[in-house]
Amino acid sequence: MKKTVFLGALTVAGLAAGVAAAGTLDDVKARGKLNCGVTTGLVGFAAPDANGEWKGFDVAVCRAVAAATLGDPAAVEFVPTTGKTRFTALASGEIDMLARNTTWTFSRDVDLKFTFTGVNYYDGQGFMAPKALGVSSAKELDGATVCIQTGTTTELNLADFFRANNISYQPVPIETNAEAQQQYLAGACDVFTTDASGLAATRATFEAPGDHILLPEIVSKEPLGPLVRHGDDEWADVVRWTLNALITAEELGVTSANIGEMSAAAGGNPEINRLLGTEGNLGEMLGLSADWATKAIMASGNYGEVFEQNIGESTPIGLSRGLNAQWTNGGLLYSPPFR
Amino acid sequence: MSDKRADSVAFVRETFLAEQPAPASATGVVKWLQDNLFPTWGNGLLTIVSLYVIYALVTSTAPWMFNGIWNTESLSECREILDGASAACFSVLTERWNQLLFGFKYPPSEYWRPTVAFVLMFAALAPVLFFDLPRKLLIITALFPFTAYWLIWGGTIFTPLVALLGVFAGYLVYARFVKGSFAMGFFGGVAAAFAVWIVGGMMIPEGANDAALLEAVPSRDLGGFMLNMMLGLTCVSLSVPIGIALALGRQSSLPLIKVICVVFIEFIRGVPLITLLFVANVMLAYFFPPGSGVDLFLRVVIMITMFSAAYIAEVIRGGLAALPKGQYEAADSLGLDYPQAMRLIILPQALKISIPGIVNVAVGLFKDTTLVSVISMFDLVGMIRGPILASTEWNGIYWELFMFASVLFFIVCYGISQYSQWLERRLATDHR
Repeated sequence: MKKTVFLGALTVAGLAAGVAAAGTLDDVKARGKLNCGVTTGLVGFAAPDANGEWKGFDVAVCRAVAAATLGDPAAVEFVPTTGKTRFTALASGEIDMLARNTTWTFSRDVDLKFTFTGVNYYDGQGFMAPKALGVSSAKELDGATVCIQTGTTTELNLADFFRANNISYQPVPIETNAEAQQQYLAGACDVFTTDASGLAATRATFEAPGDHILLPEIVSKEPLGPLVRHGDDEWADVVRWTLNALITAEELGVTSANIGEMSAAAGGNPEINRLLGTEGNLGEMLGLSADWATKAIMASGNYGEVFEQNIGESTPIGLSRGLNAQWTNGGLLYSPPFR
Repeated sequence: MSDKRADSVAFVRETFLAEQPAPASATGVVKWLQDNLFPTWGNGLLTIVSLYVIYALVTSTAPWMFNGIWNTESLSECREILDGASAACFSVLTERWNQLLFGFKYPPSEYWRPTVAFVLMFAALAPVLFFDLPRKLLIITALFPFTAYWLIWGGTIFTPLVALLGVFAGYLVYARFVKGSFAMGFFGGVAAAFAVWIVGGMMIPEGANDAALLEAVPSRDLGGFMLNMMLGLTCVSLSVPIGIALALGRQSSLPLIKVICVVFIEFIRGVPLITLLFVANVMLAYFFPPGSGVDLFLRVVIMITMFSAAYIAEVIRGGLAALPKGQYEAADSLGLDYPQAMRLIILPQALKISIPGIVNVAVGLFKDTTLVSVISMFDLVGMIRGPILASTEWNGIYWELFMFASVLFFIVCYGISQYSQWLERRLATDHR
């Protein structure tokens, strides 16, 4: 059986490669599983636990999309990708969507032919240095050696920042975040730079976190979000509005605790009713069932709950909401209305 | 004359002296120390320095090792218990033991399957490695790939059965025609095998995997040291025959075959393995339609096999070149045709010369299997660098994990190297 598939594959490879990109939603439904690209491991954002169960902030997005499309948050095939393999995995159709703390940039959106479907975490690049180094600002880092992950936007931002301030640096290129920590602790570099969320997570795992400071400069905008291939707008809509549903749910006070009650019958708030499918036909417009958003929210809670479970202040990573608070609380999270 | 001895010599000892113990400086520990550790001033100095280095190493690492903690749930718990003292936190090994060996997605209820396959591996390797064992045992070796495939991947038993039938049919055709001509036997065998595979593949019912005795495990779920062992074993055993074919092809008098072999070998040797792995992971995904099912494990096996086959081909070519021309001529003068001459005269000698080189490639290849971690496969190193170091419990623990990995690799590589030394002694027929 395998053999025939293989031979058949060879003959139609050229034709099929171009055609197969259409109709991702139908593909996912036919397959019964969502192929979701995640990192090979980033504390708080995506990592399998001791039982091999994927957990994390990005993982929750995958589960929500799976719940919305297939009704089952467990119907996800997590495909681990590295910084180098993530875009080809998405472009070649190996994965349906990528939720891998990927920065939304112009060239990735336009030139690499992807569609970013929103922002699930507003991050920015920062610096961490040992207290013993005695610097209080990134502008004092002239001539410093800097540990930096290759193949990421951090690398480019770093070059921009140092050039703009007319100071020099020595890059120490590094493949994974775990390696970077070790190099930094071993003193291979004076400064470690990556997204501020990553720095906080990293510092939390140190034996003596107090010996290291995060420098006040945030040198870049890093809106991290899920993305899909260009050219399949129906699928992009599904992913975009699933994320928006999580954000709106927090704004409207829909939580995993009260959603069962709220979705049972239409309530007094029409927007909640539209969101949860007790009123109107938003699900049908997306090509999904009426309770798609209910299932997505039930998967692991609304945006705020997901944040608190995985990276919030009660976890070892201890990130505060900051920019990622709802717009009503002075943050940047602002979902378009469900109407 | 009889009195001459008594008269002409003043004194003659007529009894032996009692045996005396050797002087203290020429015997026992003292002599050994003097000969081996302090023969000259310079060497004595080196001894003292070395002793000091060993002492410093042991005193600094032993407490760290022996005070290690084995039973906590997370690194922070370890640190709490240690309370500032320096000692290893081996709990990560006990807590993630299964993940390190089998990867994080292999179903825990099925761990016995790769374990059985691992034990069977020794039974299958024994008759190949130790040729004094009865030749009939080779049947186990021949069945092992299919059994192991079935055990590790599970699913319907028809897949390995059809594969086995194909090989069997190929062998029958080969045995039938090889007397006429080697080429006819060879290509006839290959054609027969493919015919059986294709026909048999069509006959496997759809959905047979769901009703199978052993739960099917997709390749993506394999991981840990198991993946390293599987890649290493598969690629080494595939690349030796391919390497022999390439080496012979390179010496062929047929220009087309020679050019193909030379280009293949030189191209593959000129490209780093990591590049080939990226090709396997990234480029091949573009060539096949999405979901066509040529899975990553197979793609990686093909690439690593090609890579090591090119190296082994060059090693064997060295062995072929080392044989005196007379051996080739002797084979010709006996009236042997090319396959016979190679099989009976040339290759046994050439391969014997090539053993150290082949083992060298095999050991290197086995260690190179850790490179698959960069294309997001979770082999032992991939497990450590990815999921384990990214978990909130174990983030920040390095020495213990990588030491464990090196111990595992050392055991296997040292075993291979000891075997090759035994083999060289066993095959030594020259007069030295």
